Amino acid sequence: MITFKDVSKTFTIGKREVHAVRNVNLTIEEGEIFGIIGFSGAGKSTLLRLVNVLENPTAGAVEVQGVDLASLRPTEVRKVRRRIGMIFQNFNLLTSRTVAGNVAYPLKLAKMPRAKIKERVEELLRFVGLSDKAKDYPEQLSGGQKQRVGIARALATSPDILICDEATSALDPDTTGEILRLLKKVNKEFGITILLITHEMHVIQSICDKVAVMEDGEVIESGGVFDTFTSPAHQTTKRFIRSVQQDLPSPSLLDEWRQKGGKQLYRIIFKGEVASDPVLSRVTRKHDIDVNIVYGSVQEIQAKFYGNLLVSFDGDVGKTANAVEELNEIVQIEEVDVTWA
Amino acid sequence: MGVDWQTFWPRIVEATGQTILMVAVTLVIGSIFGIIIGLLLFVTRKGNILENAFLYQIINFLINIIRPIPFIIFLVAISPLTREVIGTTIGTWAAIFPMSIAAAFSIARVVENNFISIDPGVIEAAKAMGASPLQIIYTILIPEALGPLVLGLTFITISLIDFSAMAGTVGGGGLGHVAMTYGYQRFDTSVMIVTVVILIVLVQLAQWVGNTLSRKILRR
Repeated sequence: MITFKDVSKTFTIGKREVHAVRNVNLTIEEGEIFGIIGFSGAGKSTLLRLVNVLENPTAGAVEVQGVDLASLRPTEVRKVRRRIGMIFQNFNLLTSRTVAGNVAYPLKLAKMPRAKIKERVEELLRFVGLSDKAKDYPEQLSGGQKQRVGIARALATSPDILICDEATSALDPDTTGEILRLLKKVNKEFGITILLITHEMHVIQSICDKVAVMEDGEVIESGGVFDTFTSPAHQTTKRFIRSVQQDLPSPSLLDEWRQKGGKQLYRIIFKGEVASDPVLSRVTRKHDIDVNIVYGSVQEIQAKFYGNLLVSFDGDVGKTANAVEELNEIVQIEEVDVTWA
Repeated sequence: MGVDWQTFWPRIVEATGQTILMVAVTLVIGSIFGIIIGLLLFVTRKGNILENAFLYQIINFLINIIRPIPFIIFLVAISPLTREVIGTTIGTWAAIFPMSIAAAFSIARVVENNFISIDPGVIEAAKAMGASPLQIIYTILIPEALGPLVLGLTFITISLIDFSAMAGTVGGGGLGHVAMTYGYQRFDTSVMIVTVVILIVLVQLAQWVGNTLSRKILRR
């Protein structure tokens, strides 16, 4: 659907060159929700703008539905843009138009007949749940409602692709959840491919199928969300994951643990089905030792379980070693060095 | 007081009509050219939809030359051009010509400033929806900037009333002419007061119309 082939984008600001995007290779398949995560300044915003030709690459090629965007004339670019809806962090609604006027705007640009526009606008407002706000102006709406208008407007021309520029970053957590559910609905009901950028890991965790992590203009890691979440390769990825999932207790709690003569801690990671099996209980019972869960969580990622537990064992040293060995065959288990914490 | 109000009132009414005509015609012509020049200035700015450094520099330079010249000097300075275009340098229409030029360049700057204050994100959104540069101009720039634009034009209208009084001194007619010839040169304070009061009323009226209109557009 969207292919980045060795894409680079360099801005020249005064005499300084800024490499916003470097040698990016990515493929976004039809029907996917693909998330790009990175800290601010990582280049994700520029990468996103290459898809609808708001920016042009300095090297490499961006293909959308098999068409190299660089080969298009301005009038063709404008046609392609109508197949790609875009929503923004700050909504970018037209203040001089009502909610209905904003949603109608792209249809007017596309020269749809007036009666048809009216019908389509009603349909879209119903879809985003804002039928009663049609005559309101943007300043009368809450942030979440504004983004709903943004989404309705982006969907007006029935695009194949929706690109989201930090669409939930200006919203509170509740509203963020609301908008994310709406995006999921857009993806499911209309089969629209979604490419989003964010700096919030929970956005990726809640709706994305695939993820790419960007740093300094480069894609440093990419793949399925579950795999990336459960076995991140890169330090930056780990940092993002830690933002939604604390994997160590706070230093003061660890201190307390040590003062009470705490034992060796192990981290156990369950993925998928094993998370729902009573593995831990079965193995410890078999080896006649006790298990103590010190810290941890079980999460759902892409409809799969992911458990990350910190445990200690009580009992004979030899039996503990045997139990750990057996557990190691079923789940991921490792000793945790807490002396630095 | 040596004024025969019986015969003088029609003179005042005529002069008020001339002033209104000068201001109104100048406002229309000045706005048309001002908006065009201001638009060109804005869209050719760096990073904008029709970026063109050369054109931008030229327009910017022209505005910066014409705007600081005191109007009374500008009026005299371009009188040869006025004679070429209007055929005379005396009378209401001869005043409208230089007034329109001065107004156009002032309005251009006002227009540019109002466009700059539009959120660039909105322009980007319009681009992303497939709007052409021309569509961006008339569906985004003008409607989004209209409220402050009306206030800016109101401000200009009031300085045009001032300009028209100055134009009066060089034969442009209008209230300025009456105030100068009867009030100032003949030391007739009552005529001076009457003309000043009319000018104040005109200014108040213009400001009221401008405020009402912009409030309607901005919904506040």
